[in-house]
Amino acid sequence: MTISRRAMLQVMGGTLAVPYVARSAFAADPIKVAGIFDVSGGLDIYGQPMVACLDLAIDELNAAGGLLGRPLQLVKYDPQSDIQLYTQYATAAATKEKVAVVFGGITSASREAIRPILHRYQTPYFYPALYEGGVCDRNAFMTGSTPAQTIEKLIPFVTKKWGKKIYIIAADYNYGQISAKWVRKYARDNGAEVVGEEFFPLDVTEFGTTISKIQAAKPDLVYSLLVGGNHMSFFRQWAAAGMSGKIPMASTDFGVGNEHIVLTPKESNGVIAAYAYFQELDNLENKAFLSRLRAKFGDKTPYVNELAAETWYAVAHWARSVKAAGKLDRDVVLAALEGSTIDGPGGKSTIDPSTHHCKMDVHIGEVKNHAFVVLESYAQQAPSDTAAVCDLKKNPNDNQQYVISVGN
Amino acid sequence: MEFAITTLLNVLAAIANLALISSGLAVIFGMMRVINLAHGEFIMLGGFATIYAARMGINIWIAIFVVSPLFVAAVGYVLERLVIRHLYGRLVDTMLATWGLSLALIGAATMIFGNRVEGVAAPLGGVSIGQYSISLYGQVEVWVVLVLFAAGYLVLKYTEVGLVARATMQNPAMAASLGVNPSRVYSFTFCVGAALSGLAGGFLAPLSGVVPTMGVAYVARAFITVITGGLSILVGTALSSSLLATIGTVATLFTTPVVGDVVLLVAAIVLLRLLPKGITGSIFRGAP
Repeated sequence: MTISRRAMLQVMGGTLAVPYVARSAFAADPIKVAGIFDVSGGLDIYGQPMVACLDLAIDELNAAGGLLGRPLQLVKYDPQSDIQLYTQYATAAATKEKVAVVFGGITSASREAIRPILHRYQTPYFYPALYEGGVCDRNAFMTGSTPAQTIEKLIPFVTKKWGKKIYIIAADYNYGQISAKWVRKYARDNGAEVVGEEFFPLDVTEFGTTISKIQAAKPDLVYSLLVGGNHMSFFRQWAAAGMSGKIPMASTDFGVGNEHIVLTPKESNGVIAAYAYFQELDNLENKAFLSRLRAKFGDKTPYVNELAAETWYAVAHWARSVKAAGKLDRDVVLAALEGSTIDGPGGKSTIDPSTHHCKMDVHIGEVKNHAFVVLESYAQQAPSDTAAVCDLKKNPNDNQQYVISVGN
Repeated sequence: MEFAITTLLNVLAAIANLALISSGLAVIFGMMRVINLAHGEFIMLGGFATIYAARMGINIWIAIFVVSPLFVAAVGYVLERLVIRHLYGRLVDTMLATWGLSLALIGAATMIFGNRVEGVAAPLGGVSIGQYSISLYGQVEVWVVLVLFAAGYLVLKYTEVGLVARATMQNPAMAASLGVNPSRVYSFTFCVGAALSGLAGGFLAPLSGVVPTMGVAYVARAFITVITGGLSILVGTALSSSLLATIGTVATLFTTPVVGDVVLLVAAIVLLRLLPKGITGSIFRGAP
C-alpha cells in the first residue's frame, strides 16, 4: 500500500488541528471570576458562609452550561482578615487573572480598600454585605441591605412593642458610628428618644460598668450594633447579671456572626433583628435554595445569613446580565445590570440604576432557641438613604462613599 | 445609693479581674524575670480547657479550678523544659522565643478548635440590689482572688517552699550551694505561673467567651499591672490592680470605655514616672 505525500500531509495536519477543534467545541476558554472573602482570621465566621454560597452559585451556573457557552472558573482569594492582602488580591485579580467580575469584601474597610482599585481597572465589583450605606460608584454593586431598609422598619416595630426609650451600644468604627446615627434619626422620626449611647473598641471584653449604666438609664430597649467575637461577651455578661428578658434588645447585626447559635437560648432568646434574608423564611424558593446548599455541603452546610444569601444574589444578578448582554464587555454588562431583577430565596431583588443598591424585601425576626422566628415582612424596600446623596444616572463618574447627613 | 453600691461592686469585680489575669505573669515575669509574651495564650488555653471539660460533662467549677490550671501547668512544664530554661537571664531572647510561642499557640489553637468564639453560660446568674442587678459570678471572682492572694502570701512568707523559691530567684548560685536544685525550682515556679494563667482563662471563659486570638487583649494589661506593681509580686500586683482598675472603671463610668482605657494607661505612666521601680519598689519594700 502506498500513501501519497498529499494524503500524508492531510493526516498530519488533521492530527495537529484536533486540539484546536476540541478546545473551541467542547472546552471554550473559561470565564474567570474572583471571590475575595476572609475564610480565616477574625472575620472567618462571616466569610465562610459567603464563600459557600458563592461556590454554590458558580457550580449551578456551570452545571447549566456556563455563560455565553463558556464555563466559569472561580479564582478564590483568602485575605485572612488583613486589609493589605485585600488590595494585593484585588490588583492580582484585575491585572494578572483578568477576571470578568469580583465578588468580595466583608467589612466596610475591606470594601473601601478594593473598590477604588477595581474602579481603576474597570473590573465590575459586587459587595454583598449589609452595611451603613452611602457608596456611590458606577462600577460597584451593593446587594446587601442598608439602614433605610432595615433600621427604618425595625425602630417603629420595636418602639411600638416595647417603648420609646432607646439605649444604643455600638462598635467603635465607621459601621457602628454611622449606623448609630441612623438609629437616632429613625428614633426621632418615630417619636422615640435615645437616652444613652456608648461605643466600644473591637477589643473590649469588659462590660460590667456599661451594664450598670444601662440599668441606671432605664431604657425600654437596648439597640445593639456590637460586632465580632469580643463583643459577644456583652451578651454573656448581660445574662450573667440577670438582665436577659428584663430589658429587651434589638439589633441589625446580631445573628450574622452566628451569635444566636453560639449563645445559649437563655442568653439570646427574644432579641429582635431585621434583615433582607433569614434562613427560616418560609417560601418554596428558599427551601429549594437551602436543600441545594445541603446537597452540596452536607454536614458542613453553614447557617445562611443575609451576607451569605446576598452573595448568591450578587452572582445571580451578574450572570443574568451577562446573558442579557450577550458579551462580557463591561459597559454593556453594567447597562444590563441596572434594573436587573432576580427572584431568590429572600424574595425579589432589583438593582436600582441610580444607586446600584438593591430594592428588596425586608424581614423582622425574633431569636428563639438558636433560630429566628420571622414576625413581619415588608415588600420591596428602597435604598432611600443612599438615594438621597447618590445619582449615578446624573453623575456616572461619581466614585466615593458619602457619609449621609441625618441632622445630628 | 443603690447605684453607688452597684458601682462599688463593679469596681471590686474589675480589680479582681485585673489581679487574676496578672497573677500568672507576676510569678513568671515579676519573680523569675522571664518576659513571657505567651502569657495571653496561656490564658486562652485555660479558657479552652474549661469549655471542653464542661462540654464533656465535668462540673463547671471543677473545670475552672482543677482542669484548667492543671492543663496549662502541664503545657507550661513542657515549654519550660523545651524552650524557656535555655534562655534564663537573656531578656531579649526570652522575649523573642515567647513571642514565637505565642504565635505558635494561636496557630495550633486555631487548627484544633477553629477560629470562632466558644463559650459556656456563666453559672449563678445575677443578684438584685434594689432596681439594679449585677453578676454574682463577678463577685465570686473577688473572693477567689482574695483567697488566692492570701494563700500566695502565706506560702511565700511562712513555708519552706516559699523560702526556697524566693531564695533561688534572688541568688540561684547561693541557693545551689546550699543544696537546692535551681533548675527544678525554676521549672516548678514556671508551672505555678502557668497554672495561675490557666485559672484566669478558665474563670474568664463563661464571661467573655474564648477564641484563639483572645490573649492579645490581656497581655498588655497584665504587663502594665505587674510593672506598676513593682518588686513585690503579691502586694505589688494587688495594689496596682486596685489602683488601675478603680481609675479605669470610674473613668469608664463617667465618660466612655475608650477614655477609660486611655486614663488607665496614663495613670500607669504617671505612676511609673513618680515611682520608677513600681509601687512596691518605692513603698512597702520587702513584702513578698
